[in-house]
Parts: sequence; structure tokens; C-alpha cells
Amino acid sequence: MEMHFDQHISRQFNEDLESLKSEMLEMGGMVTRQVAEAVESLANADSELAEKVLRVEKEIDRREMDLDEHATLIIAKRQPAASDLRMVMSVIRIARDLERVGDEAAKIAKMAIALTEEGTAPRGYTEIRHIANAVRKMLNDSLDAFTRFDVKAALDTLAEDEQVDMDYRTALREMITFMMEDPRSISRVMNVLWSLRSLERIGDHAKNICEQVVYLVEGADIRHGHEDNLKKV
Amino acid sequence: MNTMTLDAGNAAPAATGQLEQDTVDTNTKVSETVGQPLCDDAKLSMRNVNVFYGETQAIHDVSLDIGRNEVVAMIGPSGCGKSTFLRCINRMNDTIEGCRVDGDLTLDGEPIYGPKVDVVPLRARVGMVFQKPNPFPKTIYENVAYGPKIHGIASRRAELDEIVENSLRRAGLWNEVKDRLDKPGTGLSGGQQQRLCIARAIAVSPEVILMDEPCSALDPIATARIEELIDELRENYTIAIVTHSMQQAARVSQRTAYFHLGHLVEVNDTETVFTNPQHELTEAYITGRFG
Repeated sequence: MEMHFDQHISRQFNEDLESLKSEMLEMGGMVTRQVAEAVESLANADSELAEKVLRVEKEIDRREMDLDEHATLIIAKRQPAASDLRMVMSVIRIARDLERVGDEAAKIAKMAIALTEEGTAPRGYTEIRHIANAVRKMLNDSLDAFTRFDVKAALDTLAEDEQVDMDYRTALREMITFMMEDPRSISRVMNVLWSLRSLERIGDHAKNICEQVVYLVEGADIRHGHEDNLKKV
Repeated sequence: MNTMTLDAGNAAPAATGQLEQDTVDTNTKVSETVGQPLCDDAKLSMRNVNVFYGETQAIHDVSLDIGRNEVVAMIGPSGCGKSTFLRCINRMNDTIEGCRVDGDLTLDGEPIYGPKVDVVPLRARVGMVFQKPNPFPKTIYENVAYGPKIHGIASRRAELDEIVENSLRRAGLWNEVKDRLDKPGTGLSGGQQQRLCIARAIAVSPEVILMDEPCSALDPIATARIEELIDELRENYTIAIVTHSMQQAARVSQRTAYFHLGHLVEVNDTETVFTNPQHELTEAYITGRFG
């Protein structure tokens, strides 16, 4: 079934849903930038940029609350059904994931500040760059799939998470090797490790967003490995 | 999947094919309706129903089962035929001149239409509650006792007293009226009057209750009471309800049937209809889009 949210008899309802959607995408844009800048601050030991990421994080939290309130009002006023209801539900869930991506970006920024204070660049940046690129692409693609109601793109993006998880485990083993080789580097490598962990989590959130795209378009809840629900629709 | 037009005759989706195959004889075709119009344990079974008002066809080849102890909600825009279809079930359309009903309608496998069928006992088995509460201009007691008396279900005062009390209790009205049973039914509030009409309908121990927009003239509190009552009545009765309130259909029914221009477009579990309808006309209607 084609997705149209601009054909309600109530023009006000069209506008409510449209602005809910665009607010969410705006939040998505901010969060994507946060991830990029957090990784940048870590790679370039740029504590100023890291501080900026921490400031913007508060704004993202506020946006999640605004979106929740907006969605609650739509439910109260319009009692949405079918695709409208799925739109509202998926926006609420995606906003939650985006807020958590924001949290992970802030964690990376904090690591950047800690590492900058310690001076010397530790090992592990190559791995961070590599995983960061992969999850940023996933995040972008998931939001893009939402914008275009594109289930295939969502499923393709969702599948990329497996590779990210694999790369994360490989990087983890390498970090452990570094620490074993040079115990003095433990505290620094731990910071890198936490950042890798945050990036891996961002991949999971992007995957959640893809699952919501499938729910929105097909009405199938494929979370927690229930991809077979898609076949039942 | 949902781009079919109303004239497409082959749209029964694979998901429901199994059920239809098992329960319907092979000459019956469920044309154009998507979802699950038929069920295993049917109390009421309607097949290929067509209704005409003079030259005008109001219902086009509708097939639908209503299961035992099931509430089926019928929704659709004004003039879609849902009330006409409901009124076929207890032959209320017989009273309309020029109205002709075709098709097989059965109650527990016995034909509803037929030369030998007496509509008076039929209507005792299939009770009806209307949009506007219509108590008789008699006392509250008489309103409930009238049916059992004329159907010969009870004649002695003690029996009638018991039926009146039981019916009013089941309709959730007893406590409010027990001290004024001799007062006119028309003196009650709208919500109370509607519950009195429900008590009157259940006093003759029907098997099926048809409700035609029973809450459209009631306030939210009275509506909530009736909806609560519908859920309780389901234990003993089969209920078909026509409603313009989508939320009401979602709250009270197990299956929902969507009518459009005299066609039965979709029947599905209520949950499915309100979260992920299969037909785009259903989707357009329940979400308030231009259909």
C-alpha cells in the first residue's frame, strides 16, 4: 500500500503528521552530525569540538521530549489508526533511538576530552575510523529509508549491522593485544575501547530505526529477530 | 495487493484461503471481500446477499459469517449499506415496501428467509437495539415484561418479576430503576432508556442481538456503560453492531467488517483492521483520508 500522509480530510491532521515527521528528521540530522563531530574530535584530539558536542547533546534531549509531547497530543486529539498510528508509534520509537545515539556521541566526545588531556595519541584510531564510517553510513541510510518509506533499503541497511558487530569484535581483540603488550597503555586504550563500544551501539540503534521503517510501511514488527513476521503480512 | 477495484472478483488473499476452503461449499464464492469474512463456528451465516430497493441495488453479493459469542462491528460511510445488511438478519427490511433480499441467510443452519419462517419467533431469537432509544410509552416494568408476555415465555407475575429483574440487572440498569419500576420508561435519561431497550431485547432470551448505532445519541459515560455491557453480553449472545464510531468498533468487536457502496470490502480481526488494514479503501476510511 502506498504511504500518503497528506490526504486526510482534515488538513490540520496532515500538517500535524507532516511536522511530526520533519521534526524527527531534523533531530536525525543533528544526531548524525553529532556522531561525525564526536569521532572527528577524537581523531584530531580536538577538545573544543568535543565540548561543542556535549553542549548540543542537551538540545537533542530536549528535542526528544518535544517529539514525545507532539506525538502524545496527536494520539489524544486524533486517535490515529492504521498507517497514521504506525507513523506516530515509529516516530516515538525512532526519537528514542536517536536520543540514545546522541548519548553515545556524547560519550565519545568525553573520551576525546580525556584522551586529549593525556596527550600522546594511542593506538586504535584506525579501527575507530573504520567502524565510525560504517555506522555513520548506516545511520544516514536508515533515516533516508524512513524518508522514502523504502523497506528494501531499510532491510539492506539493517543487514550491515552484522559486519559492524564483527569488526567491533576484531577491534576488541586487537585492543586487548595492545594492552597485553604494553600495560602502561591500558587506561588510554580503555578510552578507545569505550568509544568503539559506543560506535557499535550506534550501529544497533540504526538497525532499530530500520526495523521501524519496516513496521511503518508493512505493519510488521520484526524486532528481536522476528523477521519472519514480514512474510506474514 | 490493494490496488484492486471493487469489481475485481478474485481478490480473496492467500492468507484466508485455507479457512474458506474448509468451511464453505464449493459453489460459494466470496467475491471481492479481502480478509476473513467466514468463520468456523458460525451462528449466523450469510451468503451472496443482494438487497434491492425497487430498482436500486443497495447490497452487492455480500457473504459474511458471525461466530458464536462473537461481536462483529460493521463500519463504513453513510449509505454504504451496513444498516441495510444488519436489518436483513432479522427481516426488518420486510417492512419496507419494494425491498427485496436475495441470498442464503441462515441462523444455526436454518434459513431466515423462506415461506415457512414465521418472523415473530425469529425476531425473538434475533433481537434488535436501535439508534434512538425507543421505549414503549409504558412503565419501566411493562417495557421489559411485554416481550416475554406476548411470546408466551412467562405469564405468572412471579416469573415475570424474575425476568424483569434479571434483564434489568444484565443491562446494568437495575440499581438505578428498582424503586421506580412503575414509572414511565420515557422518563429515564437517554443512556438509561437505551439500557432499558437492551433489557427489553434480552428479556425474551434472544440468541443474537443486532445493534444499529446504539450509542450515537448517548454521552461518553452512557456510551462506556453500553460498551461494557456489550462485552458482558458476548458471553451469552452473538452480537452484530453497526457503528459510526471507529473507536467503538475497535473497543467492542472481535472482527470488523468494512462496507463501501454496498460492497463488503474487508473483514478482518479488529486488531488488524485498525493497525494494518489490507484494503486501501478500509485504510482511507479509518484514517479519515479521501477514499
